[in-house]
Amino acid sequence: MDIRSQVSMVFHLDKCIGCHTCSIACKNIWTDRKGAEYMWWNNVETKPGTGYPTKWEDQEIYKGGWEKDANGIDLKGAGKKKGLRNIFHNPHMPEIGDYYEPFTYRYLDLIESPAGDDQPTARPISMITGKPMDIRMGPNWDDDWSGTPDYARKDPNMKDLSEAEQEAMFQLERMCFFYLPRICNHCLNPACVASCPSGALYKRGEDGVVLINQSVCRAWRMCVTACPYKKSYYNWHTGKSEKCILCYPRIEAGYAPACMHSCVGRIRYLGVLLYDADKIHQVASSDDASLVNNHMDIIQDPFDEKVIASAKANGIADSTIHAAQYSPTYKFIKTWGLALPLHPEFRTLPMLFYVPPMLPVMASVKDVDNTAQSEKMHDIAKYWPDNWLYDTSTEELWGTIEQARMPMKYLASLFSNGDEAMVIDRLKKLMAVRIHRRRVTVGDITDAKADKTLADVGLTAELADDIYYLTSLAKFDDRFVVPAAHREQAIEMLEFTGDVKGNTGFGFKDGSAERGS
Amino acid sequence: MNTLNTFMFVAFPYVAMITFVIGTAIRYRQTGFKVSSLSSQFLEGKKLFWGVMPFHIGLLIVLGGHLLAFLVPAAILAWNGQPVRLIILEVTAVTFGMSILVGLVGLLHRRLTNERIKAVTTRMDIAIELLLLAQVVLGCWVALGFRWGSSWFAADLSPYLWSLFKLSPETAAVFALPVVIKLHIFGAFLILFMVPFTRLVHIFVAPLHYISRPYQQVMWNWNKDRIRDPKTPWSPTRPKNN
Ligand code: SF4
Ligand code: SF4
Repeated sequence: MDIRSQVSMVFHLDKCIGCHTCSIACKNIWTDRKGAEYMWWNNVETKPGTGYPTKWEDQEIYKGGWEKDANGIDLKGAGKKKGLRNIFHNPHMPEIGDYYEPFTYRYLDLIESPAGDDQPTARPISMITGKPMDIRMGPNWDDDWSGTPDYARKDPNMKDLSEAEQEAMFQLERMCFFYLPRICNHCLNPACVASCPSGALYKRGEDGVVLINQSVCRAWRMCVTACPYKKSYYNWHTGKSEKCILCYPRIEAGYAPACMHSCVGRIRYLGVLLYDADKIHQVASSDDASLVNNHMDIIQDPFDEKVIASAKANGIADSTIHAAQYSPTYKFIKTWGLALPLHPEFRTLPMLFYVPPMLPVMASVKDVDNTAQSEKMHDIAKYWPDNWLYDTSTEELWGTIEQARMPMKYLASLFSNGDEAMVIDRLKKLMAVRIHRRRVTVGDITDAKADKTLADVGLTAELADDIYYLTSLAKFDDRFVVPAAHREQAIEMLEFTGDVKGNTGFGFKDGSAERGS
Repeated sequence: MNTLNTFMFVAFPYVAMITFVIGTAIRYRQTGFKVSSLSSQFLEGKKLFWGVMPFHIGLLIVLGGHLLAFLVPAAILAWNGQPVRLIILEVTAVTFGMSILVGLVGLLHRRLTNERIKAVTTRMDIAIELLLLAQVVLGCWVALGFRWGSSWFAADLSPYLWSLFKLSPETAAVFALPVVIKLHIFGAFLILFMVPFTRLVHIFVAPLHYISRPYQQVMWNWNKDRIRDPKTPWSPTRPKNN
């Protein structure tokens, strides 16, 4: 047992409103620079859709991630042999056109154009060449475009659906979509790290953040290919690759990353997980059927004595272990079993988990009597005296899952390596919590029905209330449980404290200040 | 004439080699961030393939050949003892020389015509590409016009180069060479001289250590074995990770 800690994330997809605030927060802090304009370390996609870069999930095109072979696993499109062979020209590397050419507008023309018969316009210009261009694509070009032939229907997750299933998904009355915010998953078995010929990428032992050392990167671009999530980007100006740094300067100081801090839907949770590093290779090489379960099992119980002992032996601070015990992500992933990894079949063991979306998938609008509910509304709320109800319950308890607007196969392709039962299990739990809370707040559901629902999925009323609390009411400190980084100890190890005694905050080190004469 | 010759084949080679060694070291140590292959595949990939592949593969082989003739001239001469083997060697050399030429012309064309590539092109990039082009043209000319290069390189030039390293230049053979060959030799030193100031420095960070490295790399902020143990006395040495 070799216990390490990982700052992990959970995104609750039912709550994402697709506002892109997270993307903007990230862009403003980190990627508003020459060469990085096109990068969106945090991006929000519409599903079904082709995403950013286009069709990133299709590893037949991009050759990202790991694949199983006779000896376990190997990188699909990079690695020692393929990487060095393709070092002059990497045939699987996405190019700017797969993302989009960054652009701005010549705003000054609006002001400075000479008087004339026509209104002046601000022409779009490329941020690479500075020349006028036609905008053909943007970072969220398929935003909200479910059903469109160019985007939704080309979603790579569609490939296992039959023609009929695909058609059914895009009938006008049934059509739906949800948002999928993505950042780097800070994987346990990162393909990006493994693929870097220079050894510029590394995973930090203390918090699991995966970083690129900018001084060691030599632009061999293998990480761009190897990351199956396409979350390592090539900066065309500096000739270095860059990726999400999980706002490590903020995390170390005890703040949540900017995307999480600013998230309008409060969908994001950040917490510590303890995992067994000895098992990484074995788990990543599991067969398809057990992959997802093994992935979840590598996360260890933070209350287990043995786990704690091994963590301490590895130098993990007590406060980190404490944070792991109060981790909101541990609750979502392990205690409640609500969250699933995105595309576990890429075998990088991502540490960003998603609570699959239930509302767009299962809700329907019904003609029912909703006076009971409207009576409970506050006076200030606008009330429409009609009987339409955005309904998430049905007569038969789990009937809606069969009638879901999206085939479970589609969600399973995203979150569980094709195992529909796993997704259904999560959705049922979400549904059970909803039915339970409806009994409590609206009261139009009988105890028998609500209790049966909870019992069916193995929840109790208390657990359901906990889930409800952390989902809907959670305060900042409940959503983000980040341990201190213990920088002070790190500095003690890096430098002889005698060297810096008396200098802190003073600007120069002992002996380095020359006295003038 | 002799002054010029002495400059070209005695003074300048030393200037070039010293600049090369010290300049590259300084560039690596002080501006390590700027040591990069500066790939532009991200902006344009197709044309790049047809330029970069023939260029690099040709270069590896031709440079390797020059290096061999310099290091083990006797072996090359022995190999060339039989005409068939000589022809094989020469034909290979010319073929790959041409491959460099074709690749380089393609790369230069791409660099000068593609708008996006122009945005990441510096004057130095163009200068070094033109210099390389001149050198390759001269090289092919030498190979085709002054037979058999592999033999006389081993016999005449290798001793000259060694003599430079021994700090007692023997220049008689070089001074007597035709001007095309002289330019080619001078060009080589000029390129050597330019290395620290150009993107050519990426040659020295060729990632060969990747072969022996484990795939995953984990780094700790502190030396995790030592920090937890209060009995270990302080030492001013830095832990290995940092
Ligand atoms: S998501 Fe991609 S870039 Fe991030 S750690 Fe995993 S493989 Fe690396
Ligand atoms: S800020 Fe939050 S709610 Fe808005 S798009 Fe991003 S993840 Fe979704």
